[in-house]
Amino acid sequence: MSKLRGTGFAAVNYPTGMHLGGDPTQSLVHATTSGNFVVTMSSVDLGQGLKTILAQIAAETLGVPLDTVIVDTGDTDTGPHCTGTFASRTTHRAGNAVIMAAAEARQAMLEVAAEKLEVSVEDLETDGQGNIHVKGVEEKAISVAETAGAAHFELGKTISGRGIFLKTPSPMDPETGESDPDSTQAHACTVAEVEVDTETGNVEVLGFKSAYEVGQQVNPALVKGQIVGGAWMGMGHALQETTAPYYPAIDHAPGDFQSYVMPGAADMPSVECEVLEIASRNGPFGAKGVGEMVTNSPIPAIVNAINNALGVRITRIPVTPEVVLRALDEKAANAT
Amino acid sequence: MASRIVSLKVNGQNEEFIVGALTSLQDILRDTLNYTSVKEGCRQGGCGSCSVIIDGELRLSCLTPVQEVDGSEVTTLEGLNQSNSIAALQQQFIDKYAAQCGFCTPGMMVAIQALLDRNPNPSRDEITEGLAGNICRCTGYLPIIKAVEGVVAEMSGASGD
Repeated sequence: MSKLRGTGFAAVNYPTGMHLGGDPTQSLVHATTSGNFVVTMSSVDLGQGLKTILAQIAAETLGVPLDTVIVDTGDTDTGPHCTGTFASRTTHRAGNAVIMAAAEARQAMLEVAAEKLEVSVEDLETDGQGNIHVKGVEEKAISVAETAGAAHFELGKTISGRGIFLKTPSPMDPETGESDPDSTQAHACTVAEVEVDTETGNVEVLGFKSAYEVGQQVNPALVKGQIVGGAWMGMGHALQETTAPYYPAIDHAPGDFQSYVMPGAADMPSVECEVLEIASRNGPFGAKGVGEMVTNSPIPAIVNAINNALGVRITRIPVTPEVVLRALDEKAANAT
Repeated sequence: MASRIVSLKVNGQNEEFIVGALTSLQDILRDTLNYTSVKEGCRQGGCGSCSVIIDGELRLSCLTPVQEVDGSEVTTLEGLNQSNSIAALQQQFIDKYAAQCGFCTPGMMVAIQALLDRNPNPSRDEITEGLAGNICRCTGYLPIIKAVEGVVAEMSGASGD
């Protein structure tokens, strides 16, 4: 009985979004009287940071400070339609919709500013600090707040914009099987190193080394957060988590967190990652989806590392201690 | 055990309740006193999201009958927030991006405060042991561990070490 080490890797080609019967996200952007901008969405922030990302995208497109953008999400009864937060789609879909809505709102804002400054819209630019000025003549300026006030109370105009991104339906060709299922593809490779205790069947993950190609990162800290969290989720799926009973009777199915076991803080190894930015052609500023594939690549990498350590071929998850010990028994039986 | 009157000091306030034999501290804190940082995760003692400090000890409020802690001093995250004693930890959570959905965060912060109260300079192993009763489903724990290490470094730096 001993502790055996192994290394495994897995590569992922991950689609961003899907089409089904058409996959839309819509967005509405409008200025308040004080020159803040509200981005109204139905897309849901699960904690991955969507509101931050959409605020960044709106601020960049509008040419206004980030802290003047309010993202209002989550009420699917009243908000513009969004298919939902899944399939790593939301930054891509919602981001594109916000760019379109914010660009229209920016145009409306510049038209009001042009009227106030008595210049043409083409001559104006924003400084990103809350001001609009004539190109090359910074003194000839009006603040975004003043512009919004003038639109509301003097000119009787709205500063607003509408946006949509729609992935159109793509039915499968019955002859060839062809369809266009996604919008862009992200890529990853994870190398996992494990140590397997051949007496207890316990597997310890010693470390992850990954490369993720995610298109242009909208927010690197949020991307890193997904990668580290995904590595942990991958460990749980690969080694422990199942709602199926460990033994035949359904009574043995896990019913609480004492029996539905997940890795804890002490089980986390180091997670090293390199992020590569190869812009997509159709994502907002070149972004792709990163949410789900960060869990996909660690799982087969861990199982491959176990197989490498033991000289077996396990193909199911989770690889619980029982699965490890049975695989070793089978290997021993085949050897005799 | 029948219903009886129980007194507690919660976040510095004296409180009295008539409670049934098995009424949990969690129900009193959330439903009667509106301390909603005490999250209702599993109600089985498995997730740590209802963590509170009772007389200096880290406890799970969901498994604690109020009658058993009659006369105790209870601190929730709201109490730590009022005294501003966790400002540094909160800043570290922001800096290290240690919260995503945020559901585990109040229980995590209470558990970390309890750890730092009994051991102001924990090793990495002592930190992960201190977090052993708290489940986080989003972050993969490493940012939370880094946030604790950040507070420890700040505290030891401030004391001139």
